[in-house]
Amino acid sequence: MIARIAATLAALCFAFPALATIEIEEVTSPGGVEAWLVEDHSIPFVALEFWFLGGSALDAPEARGATYLMTGLLEEGAADMDAQAFAAAREGLAASFSFDASRDVVSIGARMLTQNRDAAADLLRAALVEPRFDPDAIERVRGQVLSLLERNARDPGTIARTTFNDMAYGDHPYATPQEGTPESVAALTRDDILAAHRAALTRDRVVVGAAGDITAAELGALIDHILGDLPAEAPPRPGPVTSGLAGGVTVVDFPSPQSVAYFGHAGIDRDDPDFFAAFVLNEVLGGSGFQSRLMQEVRVARGLTYGIGSFLSLADLSPAVLGQFSSSNELVAEAIDVVRAQWADLAQNGITEAELEAAKRYMTGEYPLRFDGNGTIASILASMQSDDMPVDYITNRNSYIEAVTLDDVRRVAARLLDPAALHFVVVGQPQGLSPGN
Amino acid sequence: MLHRPALALRLALALILTPLAASATGDVTDFMLDNGMQVVVIEDHRAPAVTHMVWYRVGAADEPPGQSGIAHFLEHLMFKATETMGSGEFTELVKANGGFTNAFTSWDYTGYFQRIAADRLGLMMQMEADRMRNLRFDPVEVATERSVILEERAERFDSSAGGLFTEQTRAALFLNHPYGIPVIGWRHEMEELSLEDAQAFYDTWYHPNNAILIVAGDVTPDEVLALAQEHYGPIPASDGLPPRLRPLEPPHIADRRVVYEDARVANPYVTVQMLAPVREPGDQAEAAALVYLAEMLGGGQTSLFARRLQIEEERALYAAAFYDPTSLDPSSFSMVNVPVPGVSLDEAEADLWRMVDTFLAEGIDPAQFERIRFRIEAGEIYEQDDTAGVAQAYGAELTSGLTLSDIEGWTETLLSVTPDDVMAAARRLFDDPSTVTGHLIRPVTGPDSQNVEIGQ
Repeated sequence: MIARIAATLAALCFAFPALATIEIEEVTSPGGVEAWLVEDHSIPFVALEFWFLGGSALDAPEARGATYLMTGLLEEGAADMDAQAFAAAREGLAASFSFDASRDVVSIGARMLTQNRDAAADLLRAALVEPRFDPDAIERVRGQVLSLLERNARDPGTIARTTFNDMAYGDHPYATPQEGTPESVAALTRDDILAAHRAALTRDRVVVGAAGDITAAELGALIDHILGDLPAEAPPRPGPVTSGLAGGVTVVDFPSPQSVAYFGHAGIDRDDPDFFAAFVLNEVLGGSGFQSRLMQEVRVARGLTYGIGSFLSLADLSPAVLGQFSSSNELVAEAIDVVRAQWADLAQNGITEAELEAAKRYMTGEYPLRFDGNGTIASILASMQSDDMPVDYITNRNSYIEAVTLDDVRRVAARLLDPAALHFVVVGQPQGLSPGN
Repeated sequence: MLHRPALALRLALALILTPLAASATGDVTDFMLDNGMQVVVIEDHRAPAVTHMVWYRVGAADEPPGQSGIAHFLEHLMFKATETMGSGEFTELVKANGGFTNAFTSWDYTGYFQRIAADRLGLMMQMEADRMRNLRFDPVEVATERSVILEERAERFDSSAGGLFTEQTRAALFLNHPYGIPVIGWRHEMEELSLEDAQAFYDTWYHPNNAILIVAGDVTPDEVLALAQEHYGPIPASDGLPPRLRPLEPPHIADRRVVYEDARVANPYVTVQMLAPVREPGDQAEAAALVYLAEMLGGGQTSLFARRLQIEEERALYAAAFYDPTSLDPSSFSMVNVPVPGVSLDEAEADLWRMVDTFLAEGIDPAQFERIRFRIEAGEIYEQDDTAGVAQAYGAELTSGLTLSDIEGWTETLLSVTPDDVMAAARRLFDDPSTVTGHLIRPVTGPDSQNVEIGQ
C-alpha cells in the first residue's frame, strides 16, 4: 500500500481537477449599484449579500459602539411593524436575514424563496431604509449588548484580543471593540443611532454578491427596490493606522487553569506585490490544519495545546499577522518559546522546497471546493469586491499561488516576520513567564 | 479547531428547525456490502467535489466503565500511524490533494470525513479502509496525544463556566444511562487512559459491519459501489461485535437541583431539563410534535418566551427551549432563561414555568403554527444547498437506529402534525415531570483583571 500511495502523490502535480464552473455576471442596477451574480436555477431560492464598507470604524469617538447597536436594531421594527410584527412577517415568508457589524463592514445577508421573493424584498427594504429605532427596542438591544460586553469581559480569548488592540491602536477606532465599551454603550442616544445609520448604509459604499435562482435583470430591479431610497453618499472613513505595539509579553491576571495567548505584529496589504508569497508563508507557519510549523511543534510534537494557528489579518486600515492558542498555565511559557523559535527560524531561513510544494498543492486544490452553495458563493463575491479584486480573480487566483517561488517566500519571511516585534498578550495565571522571555 | 467532538454540532442541530430529509438535489441510494458495511450515496452534481464520511456506531455512551473519553481519544489516535502510513500522513495526503479532513465524536457515534475533489474519492477510501483495521499505536504518541486531549478539555470545559455547568447538569439528568458522561471524558479518567484501552476499544468496534459509509456530491451510485467494494469490501466482518448495552434509566421520581458558582460567570442563568422521547424507528410522530412544541415555546423571536419574557415584560435577556429529536436513547427537552439584571434566578425559574402554564392554558396560536409549518416546508428547499449537511444528518440518524425510510418520511411526519398533536405532546411532557433545574451563578464579586507588562 505504501507504493500505491506514493505513486498517487507523485501524480498530483499535474492532476488537479478543473475549477468549478463559476460564471460571474457583472450587473449594474438601473440605479447604478454594481453587483456580481452567479446564476443557478437548480434550487428555487436566492442568497444575497449586501456589504456596506466602513463598519464600526466609522463610529464617532464619543459614540463607540453606535454602528454595532444600530445594526442590531435593524430587525427590531421597521415601517409600520414593531419588532414582533417584523419577526412574524419574516418567519411567515421563511426568509432569513442576518445583520452584522464588524470593524470594516456592515454586512446584510439574506436568503429568499423564489415563490415569495418580492414580499421578502419589501421586508428587507423596510429594515434597511425605514428602521424605527423605537425607544423600547433601543433599551432592549442595549441591554443585550451590555450583557455581551459583560460576557466578553470574563472571556479570556476576548480579553486577550481586546487588550492587544487597545495597546496597539491608541486613539484610532480599531482600539475599541466594535461593540463599544460598557460606558460608551450606556451613553449612546437615539441620535447617535440615527447618525450611525445615516453614515453606515449608503449606496456609494455597498457591494453586492448574489447567487441562485434569479436573473441579472431581476437582480438589478431587486437591488434598486431594496437600496434605492438610501442616501447616495457616505462620510469619509478614518485613515490607516500602524500598530504602536513593541515586542514583549503582557500578562492579564485571570483565574483559570489555562492561559490564552494572542500574539502578532504588523502585516501586509492585500495589494502588496508580495501578498501571495506572504499568503503561502502563513500557510506553512500556522495555516489550516496539522501540517503547519506551529501545529507540528506546539501540539503534535509536544502536546502543549489543543490547537494553534496564525493568520494574515487584512483589516482595511491596519493589516497584521496574528495568532492564538491556549495552554495550561504551567505550559504556556514553553509554548511561547516554541512560537518565537519558529518565527525566528522562518524569518532567517524561509521555508523548505517540500513545504512550498505542499502548501501550494493544498491551497490550489482546496480553492475550487469553496464554491459549494449559494450562500457561500454570494459571500465570496461580496468579499472579493470589498477587497477591490477583479472579476477574473477566481480564474487566475491559483496561478498567482503557483507563481510564488522559494526566494519570494524567503524574502517575504525576512521582511514580514520580526521576532523582536512579536507581542504576546497572555490572559491567565501563567507560570515561569519572566522579563526577557 | 481540529478534532473536536460533536458537542457543538449537537447543540446546533437542536437549534435548527429545518427537517433533515432526503436531498431533492439528487437521489439517495443505499446498498450493503457483503461484509455488512452500509453505504449511502447522496448525489449532487453542482460542483466537482465529494464529502466522504465513515461513521462508526460507537460513541461515548458505549465506553467501558472507568474509561470515559476513550471514544474521543481513539478518534484523535486515528490520525497517527498505520502499518503502511506514517503518523500524520493521512492528513498530509488529504491536504496534498487539496482536501480537508476532520472527525467528531458524540455519545452515539464517531465519524470521520474528508471533503475533496471528486476524482480523489478512491484514494480517500483506500486510506480510510487502511486505518479501519491497521492502526498502529505508538506509546510515545499515545502519551503526547493524551496531553493534547487534556488541553482540549482544559480549553473547552475547565476554562469555561458554562461548559462545566452543562457537564454538571447533564450528569444530574441521567441517573443511570451513560449519556451523563461527558464525551470529552472526566479528567481523572482521561489521565489514566492507556494504549491498551485504546487498542481494546479499536479492536472491539472498528469493523465494516459496525460502519456506515456516506458519500455525498459529484458521484454516481455505481462509481461509489465499485470503489467501496474495492477498498472496504475485502475487510472481513467481525463476528465479535458486541451489542450496544446501554443501561436504562429508572423512573425519575425526584426533582434535582444543580447550583454551580463560578467567578467567570457574566450572566447568571437558569436551565430546566427533563427526559423526552425521540424519533423511534417506525414511530416518529411524538418527536415531530415536540419539535413544534420547542419552536412555539422558545424557538425564535415570535415564540412565547421571546414575546412575553423578552419583549413585553422585559424580564429576560434571552429565553429559549430546545429539543433534539435524533438520539439512540432518550433525549432531553430543555428550557433556559437568562434574566435581565435585577431579576433573580428563582424568579427566572418561576417565569419559565409560568410560560409553560400559559401555553397549556391558552393553547396554540394558529398563525404561529402555520409559520412554523411553512418554515419546515421551506427547509426542504434550503437544505438542498448544503449536501454536506444532509450527509451529516444521515449519519446522525442512521447511527441513532433510524432507517432510510424513517429519514425520508421525517418531513412528511412533521408536516402532518396538527395543533392538537402538539397540545397532547405538551401535556404528556409536562404532566408531573421530574426535572433537573440548574442555576449558574457568580459570587458577589467577580475577578479583577490586572495588566502586567513583562519584558519587551
